[in-house]
Amino acid sequence: MSAQRKDSPEKTFAEQMAAETGIDVRKCYQCGKCTAGCPMVPEMDYTPSQIMRLVQIGDREAALRSATIWYCASCLTCSTRCPQEVKIAEFMDALRERSLKAKKVNPRARKIIAFVKSFLGGIRRAGRVHEISMVMEYKTRARDLFSDVLLAPVMFVKGKLKLLGKPVKDRQAVARIFERTAGAK
Amino acid sequence: MATGYYPGCSLEGTAAEFDMSIRALAEALQLPLTEIEDWNCCGASAAHQTNHLLGLALPARTIALAAAQGMEEIVAPCAACSNRLIAAQAEWLDNSGLRGDIEHAIGMPLPAGRLPIRNCIEFLLPHIEKITAALRKPLTGKKVACYYGCLLVRPPKVVAFDDPENPVTMEKVAAATGAEAVDWGFRTECCGAAFAMSSTASVVRLCGRILDNARSEGAHMVIVACPLCHANLDMRQPKGMAMPIVYLSQLVGLAVGVAPKALGLGKHITPVAPALA
Repeated sequence: MSAQRKDSPEKTFAEQMAAETGIDVRKCYQCGKCTAGCPMVPEMDYTPSQIMRLVQIGDREAALRSATIWYCASCLTCSTRCPQEVKIAEFMDALRERSLKAKKVNPRARKIIAFVKSFLGGIRRAGRVHEISMVMEYKTRARDLFSDVLLAPVMFVKGKLKLLGKPVKDRQAVARIFERTAGAK
Repeated sequence: MATGYYPGCSLEGTAAEFDMSIRALAEALQLPLTEIEDWNCCGASAAHQTNHLLGLALPARTIALAAAQGMEEIVAPCAACSNRLIAAQAEWLDNSGLRGDIEHAIGMPLPAGRLPIRNCIEFLLPHIEKITAALRKPLTGKKVACYYGCLLVRPPKVVAFDDPENPVTMEKVAAATGAEAVDWGFRTECCGAAFAMSSTASVVRLCGRILDNARSEGAHMVIVACPLCHANLDMRQPKGMAMPIVYLSQLVGLAVGVAPKALGLGKHITPVAPALA
């Protein structure tokens, strides 16, 4: 837990995040509306309003190590309803990005990270997501080979699975986007 | 006016029937669409959740391509695609400091102004009279539950579309087919989105309560305008539910006389044909 004294020359975690993202969670007064409307609370270790509080009290470690930031579905219900207009869901994005960079990802996020990496890997290679390749990569990364095996043949018969993807023509352009955004804040 | 069509990745795969029905309906209503040449994935939630600039640059390339190809607006039927395009564009228009970074990443200039980006409902809403005039097979007696999910209506200030808590536009379009839209309580509740594989139990829980409410309010089918909502609601139903999940473009297409096969009505995991007969 980092100290947050008024005479400290260093920025508090909340101030630092506000400067970097434009989202100021110090406006949160803990009404709990975000938590009340959040569809993913049953999967979370802290509620969304508790995450706001952790940032307010400077507990960067607990916020970045939480499972909550990964179980946020980005449904934006919290941001829509917040009476203080804190962009809570967008703030969860910023926490996820920092959690990844600081290598503080919660172990319960393993499959979620595997999905994100498989999804982005497909875009990096082909510019578009080819669902079969993405799912196969995900299953390998997540070590989850046997879930939904009965769905695949049905989807194939219904013409929902295309064996070959249609990549973009200018693959260089897409690869460059990944290179040039990789180290960005 | 040239309208750029951005199908996005899902519409080339698991949501092929959304693509088929949009194209067939656009032709039936004489609303020309031109596919944006060499469009790329919008990055969906995977990009914006883990790399802010990547989440802006991926949609930016497609918008820059559309502008360079002379398009004056974009129709993006996938709710996730339209949301990402709108949100990214809003961000660089609000924060001019981002423009340079994004243009550097994509190696192209961004359009100076705002390119209108329309979701599936916005694409059809101005043409209700045209739909009514073209009715061949009115869906009288069909009770439909219109499901918006998250990304069509949120965040309200960014998407500037309908009411985030009590939207009405999909009901208006559905009513033009002669169907009756039921009032129900889960129209803007999340389906679990991208957790279909990485937290399947969440999606089963969320879809279950959505479908239970639609059924208890007497709906014969649920109408959607998002491929992710469709996949989750269609494939993650509780045992014994069998609720047909129909794209808005399929419903309207059928009503104006497009052949069921051209609308991909046979492609759903939970069969839809009996409910639409």
